[in-house]
Amino acid sequence: MISPRHTKLAIGGLRHLVLAIGAFVVLFPFIWMLSASFKPPSEIYTQDVQLIPIAWTLENYIRAFSAQPLGKYLLNGVIVTFGIFAFQVLFALPCAFALAKLNFRGREVLFALIILGLLIPEYVISIPVFFMFFKIGLLNTYWSLIIPFWISAFGIFLMRQFFKTIPDDLLAAARLDGLSEIMIVWRIMAPLAVPAVMAFAIFSVVFHWNDFYWPLIMVNDAEIATPPLGIVLFSNAEAGDAVGPMMAAAVIITLPLILLFLSLQRRFIEGLTMGSFK
Amino acid sequence: MSRVDNQTRDLAAVAMPRRQRSAQSIEAATAYLFVTPATLLLFLLLLGPAASVVVLSFTDWQFGSKTFEFIGFTNYAEMFQDDVFWTSITNTLIYVSVVVVGSVSLGLMIAMLIESRPSFRRVWRTIYFLPVTATLVAMALVFEYILHPAFGPLNEFLGLFGVEGTNWLQNRSTALLTLCGIGIWQAVGFNMVLFLAGLTAIPTDLYDAVAIDGSDSTWDRFCVVVWPLLGPTTMFVVIISCIRSFQVFDTVKVLTDGGPNRATEVLLFTMFSEGFTYFRSGYAAALTTIFLIFVLILTLVQRISIEKRIHYG
Repeated sequence: MISPRHTKLAIGGLRHLVLAIGAFVVLFPFIWMLSASFKPPSEIYTQDVQLIPIAWTLENYIRAFSAQPLGKYLLNGVIVTFGIFAFQVLFALPCAFALAKLNFRGREVLFALIILGLLIPEYVISIPVFFMFFKIGLLNTYWSLIIPFWISAFGIFLMRQFFKTIPDDLLAAARLDGLSEIMIVWRIMAPLAVPAVMAFAIFSVVFHWNDFYWPLIMVNDAEIATPPLGIVLFSNAEAGDAVGPMMAAAVIITLPLILLFLSLQRRFIEGLTMGSFK
Repeated sequence: MSRVDNQTRDLAAVAMPRRQRSAQSIEAATAYLFVTPATLLLFLLLLGPAASVVVLSFTDWQFGSKTFEFIGFTNYAEMFQDDVFWTSITNTLIYVSVVVVGSVSLGLMIAMLIESRPSFRRVWRTIYFLPVTATLVAMALVFEYILHPAFGPLNEFLGLFGVEGTNWLQNRSTALLTLCGIGIWQAVGFNMVLFLAGLTAIPTDLYDAVAIDGSDSTWDRFCVVVWPLLGPTTMFVVIISCIRSFQVFDTVKVLTDGGPNRATEVLLFTMFSEGFTYFRSGYAAALTTIFLIFVLILTLVQRISIEKRIHYG
C-alpha cells in the first residue's frame, strides 16, 4: 500500500525533476558559453563534444581582449547607459512631480501626450532621428546613442504614479517652511522617490545595455560601439574562426547584468516586468 | 513610508493659512518651469519623429536626396504588391504565434509547478528568469555555436538517439522555427513571473474549498480554481508576449540576416533593410507606419485587458 505521505513525497520529487529538466534547457546556453570560453581550440573544433573542458585555458579571454577593444566596448556601454539614465531622471523627475502635485493649465493634455509617447518603440523614430543626427553631424558619436533616449515617457509615467502616493500635507508643510519649489523637488521629493528611481534604473540600464538596434543604425565605429554591437562587429570580422574568444567575449558582456541580477533579484524582476503593467 | 506618515502627522498640527492668488500663479509658473524641458524633448525626440514617419510614408524621399515629393499612397500600393512584404508579414505572424503559444503555455506550467509547493521557489524562479536579463545578441552567438552543424552539441546530442540534425539556421524549413525556439527560451521566464504574480493573488481558501468538495488532484485545482481566475491574467500575458515578440529583430539580424532565401524575413528586418541598407526612406517609413499600427492595436487590446484584470482581480 502506498501511504498518502509517500504520494506527497513522490509528487514533490516529480515537481523538482520536471523543473530541473526545464532548468537545464534554460541554463544550457550559459553553461555551454562558460565551458567553451575555457576550452582550447582542439576541444572546440571537434566532433567529440564534451560539456566540461579537459584542458582548461585562459587563452580565449586573453585573445578576446587583445583581438578587439573589448574593454572599450564595456566602457562605452557604461558611458552610454549612464548618460541615458542620468539625463532621463534629470528631465523626468521635475516633470513627473509637476504632473502629480502642481496645478497648471494643460496638465491633462501633457499627461495624455506622455501616455501617447509610451506607445512608441525606438524602431518607429529611427528614420527621422537618424536623419536629424546626420544633419547636425552627430552620427557615430556617443551623443547619437545617448540623446535620443533623454526623454522617457515610461520614466515620467512611473515617477508620476509614485509622487501621487505622497500626501499633499507634506508638500504644504514644506512650502510653509519657506522652501522654494525647486528645493522641494531636490531636497524632499527626490530622496523620497529613490525606490521608484531605482526600479526605473534597472529597467533603463538593462534595456540600453542590451540594445542592439540603436547602436547598429547610429554607429559603425568600433571605438564608439556598445557591447552588443561590438561583439557582432567582432563576430563578422572573425567569420566564425574564433569561437573560443567569442564565447569569452560573450561571457564578459553578459556577466555584469547577470551578477547584478543575482544580487538584486527581487528589484530586477519587478523593474523588468513592471513595464507590462503600465 | 512611515517616515512620511510621521512627518505628515507632525506637520498637520501646524495651522495652514489660506492659499492666495499669487501663490497659485507661482505654483503654475514653477510647474511650467518643471515640465518645459521634458515637453520639448517629448516633441523633438518622440512625438515629432513618430508623426514625421507617417508624413514621410506619403513621399518618395530617399535618404541623401535633397528633395522629395508627396506621392499619396504609392508606397503603400507598392508595398501591398510586393511579395517580400507579404513574406515578411507571414513570417512575423508565424513567429509571433509560435513564440506566444510556446512561451505562454510553458510559462504557465512552470509558474504552477513552482507555486504548487514552497520548497526552492526562489531558486527556480531565478534560474528561469535568467535569460530575460542576458544580452540577447551575445546569447544569439552562443546559440549559433550550439546549433553549428559540424561541431555544435545539439546535433551531437540528437545523434545519440539516431536523429540526424540539420544546419538549423541555413535550412529554409527550420530557420524560422529555430529563431522561434530562441524567442521562447528568452520569453518563458518573463511570462512565468507575470503568472506567478497572478497565482499569488488567488486566495488560498479557494483551494481549501475545492479540497472539501472532494476534488484534491492538481488537475481539479487547475480546472476549478486556477484557470477561471487566471483567465484575465492569461489574456494579458498573451498580449504582452505578442507586443514583445512582434518586435523580433536582434536574432534575425545576427543569425540569419533574413535568410536563407527570405525564410526569416520579418517586419522590422524588412524595415531596417529598406531604411538603412537601401536608404529608401519613404518606403521604409510606410513599413514603419504599418508596424506602428500593429503596435497601437495590440496596446489598445492590452489596455482593455488590464481593465478586465482589475475587475476580476
